[in-house]
Amino acid sequence: MILSFKDKQLYEIKEKIETNTRLKSHDGIMLYNTHDLVGVGALADFVRRKRHGNKTYFVYNQHINYTNICKNRCLFCAFARDRNEKGAYIYSVDQVRDILIQNKNSHIKEIHMVGGIHPNAPFEYYLDLLKTIREIRPDVHIKAFTAVEIDHFSTISKLSLSETIQALKQSGLDMVPGGGSEVMSDRIHAELFPKKIHRTRWAEVMKAVHAEGLKSNATMLYGHIETVEERINHLIQLREIQDETNGFTAFIPLAFHSENTKLSYITPTSAYLDLKTTSIARLMLDNFDHIKAYWVMLGEKLAQIAQTFGADDLDGTIIEEKITHSAGAKSSKGLTRDQLDHMIRSAGFAPFERDALYQPVENKK
Amino acid sequence: MNSIESIIDAVYHEQRISEKAAEELYHHAPLLTLANLADHIRNKKHPDSVVTFVVDRNINYTNICISRCKFCAFCRPLAHEEAYIISKKVLDQKIQETIDLGGTQILLQGGLHPDLPFSFYLDLLTHIKKNFDIHIHGFSPPEIDHMATIAGISCLDTIKQLKNAGLDSIPGGGAEILLDQVRNHISPNKCDSKTWLSIMEIAHDIGLPTTATMMFGHIETPTQIVKHMIRIRKLQDKTNGFTAFIPWSFQPNNTHIHLRKATAWQYLRVLALSRIVLDNIPNIQASWVTQGDKIAQLALSFGANDLGSTMIEENVVAATGLNFLLSKDDMIRLIHTAGFKAAQRNCIYDILASFIMDEK
Repeated sequence: MILSFKDKQLYEIKEKIETNTRLKSHDGIMLYNTHDLVGVGALADFVRRKRHGNKTYFVYNQHINYTNICKNRCLFCAFARDRNEKGAYIYSVDQVRDILIQNKNSHIKEIHMVGGIHPNAPFEYYLDLLKTIREIRPDVHIKAFTAVEIDHFSTISKLSLSETIQALKQSGLDMVPGGGSEVMSDRIHAELFPKKIHRTRWAEVMKAVHAEGLKSNATMLYGHIETVEERINHLIQLREIQDETNGFTAFIPLAFHSENTKLSYITPTSAYLDLKTTSIARLMLDNFDHIKAYWVMLGEKLAQIAQTFGADDLDGTIIEEKITHSAGAKSSKGLTRDQLDHMIRSAGFAPFERDALYQPVENKK
Repeated sequence: MNSIESIIDAVYHEQRISEKAAEELYHHAPLLTLANLADHIRNKKHPDSVVTFVVDRNINYTNICISRCKFCAFCRPLAHEEAYIISKKVLDQKIQETIDLGGTQILLQGGLHPDLPFSFYLDLLTHIKKNFDIHIHGFSPPEIDHMATIAGISCLDTIKQLKNAGLDSIPGGGAEILLDQVRNHISPNKCDSKTWLSIMEIAHDIGLPTTATMMFGHIETPTQIVKHMIRIRKLQDKTNGFTAFIPWSFQPNNTHIHLRKATAWQYLRVLALSRIVLDNIPNIQASWVTQGDKIAQLALSFGANDLGSTMIEENVVAATGLNFLLSKDDMIRLIHTAGFKAAQRNCIYDILASFIMDEK
């Protein structure tokens, strides 16, 4: 590890990490408040290398956002539309089929599919989406539908949570993405996303997902109105769920982009906040395998640097990202395997192509 | 201790490191170790946690250039439809706008025009000084070398006359990599490394401060990056005339060198190494124009203590298709959200204004 910490408080954290002592809430808060960014990064890098060596994971994947029509209308979202609003869309199952066929020749291993909370699409529509993907791409992992969507499906199908998840699983669902928890705080829920499920329900859905034997990710949307305490509290809530289920695979910090949202007065996240959040997640979430640097939100340059601030995963090629780009993201809409490979290798890490469940992919370039 | 550990230890105890040790650090020290060392030195040199910037505008008096360096997307041949020489009217307008926006200096640079007489440049300076109260940071060594040739006088006389006409300081451009085996390849018509260094030495001798730059991320090797730094360090030992060092990475779009861009990773390594090697240069500038605001901010923990200029106007990097924009407010926000105190400076690093952090 690094020679000497500028902030002497970090020696305490170092000792805890070296003795595998779980960090407490006040440790997390101190890590956010210290000016020693490089010191925090070095601590996270130590943990990252202990778990993964110099491997950096990535996946060859494709995003599908089946609809932007959403009745939740969270204040931080630039993607959602009302049903009759200009630009509103919902893909038919055939359109999704066409999108998949168009991209048939690329060797993707994961489809990431999420969408808005549509007021009247029936449950069968979502099952048909899964079946169609499964039919055209029998060999890919389908990572789809956040806890928010699954909760909605359970309402419209009048099935229990576990029955809903079983039906999705039978239609092809392999994994659940981590979106929709935002920041698990009652204050922020009331202010920014009152129509979306509450944190207790989010946790309930995730536990049900894990109980059905599916893995999921977890996220945190940061850089809006949340406080340092609320961020740490969010991480601790995730850690507690994980203690119970061990069903989370990766944690993905999501940097808020305000353009075209109702919060457009909020300035972009700083590189300091982005990297600190990555590092602190690595340090607090001692029961999570992977911390992802989501290049769509961080930008390619910072995502590269995040590899030495605790992140071991760069997500993937992401063909056609829509959600963050509607909020003004300046990153590319997709990366080639070659570009990802270069981002990893030129930083001295070893690229490790994975599937959605972090299993190695036989590389047939 | 192995050799890398003993180098780290030496840097930590503020001992100068050799060329060989610098190369070893560049190749083998982890990125965060380089950052830690660079930050340590930066804190010794600037214990007050201040990050400075300057409000200025780049004014390029002509894009006509006979040098035709392979890495340049800005220059045009004499007869090209986009070729221009600035008019006094446009020049005055640009300077007035700069002053109106709180600017304190202009960076006056241009191509090596084949026919403009030396008097053109002297006249530019006297005209500006007669009409405006503004610092002129102008004419990089290749331009001065070119003027000396045109005027048929020595570099010393050229610089003296420029100074008398109003030149206040000299930018460190045109250094690229100060090794002729690299220059012969990428900029064969530009002054050689010896000339670049001797012009800077003369400028320092007659009391003109200058900066030094390095453009990396093209055909150079790590060994050559280190040699470049050592040459600057050696001259600085003699003259103490460099105010700042500014490394920036080559931007390949629209140029004649087709390479992948240097990564942020490489940029931060080079930046941190420059802080470590250049123990006699007070200021290290981050290059937001080539790196974007996030990496420029991060650079503040990798040895940089200055964010350069707000650049109300910038044309040379923009010609490669990069269009980062940073207002004075953005600049202050970047500094504050990195936990530093923001201050506006002039060209010679006097503080002109400090900005209070907005506690939210």
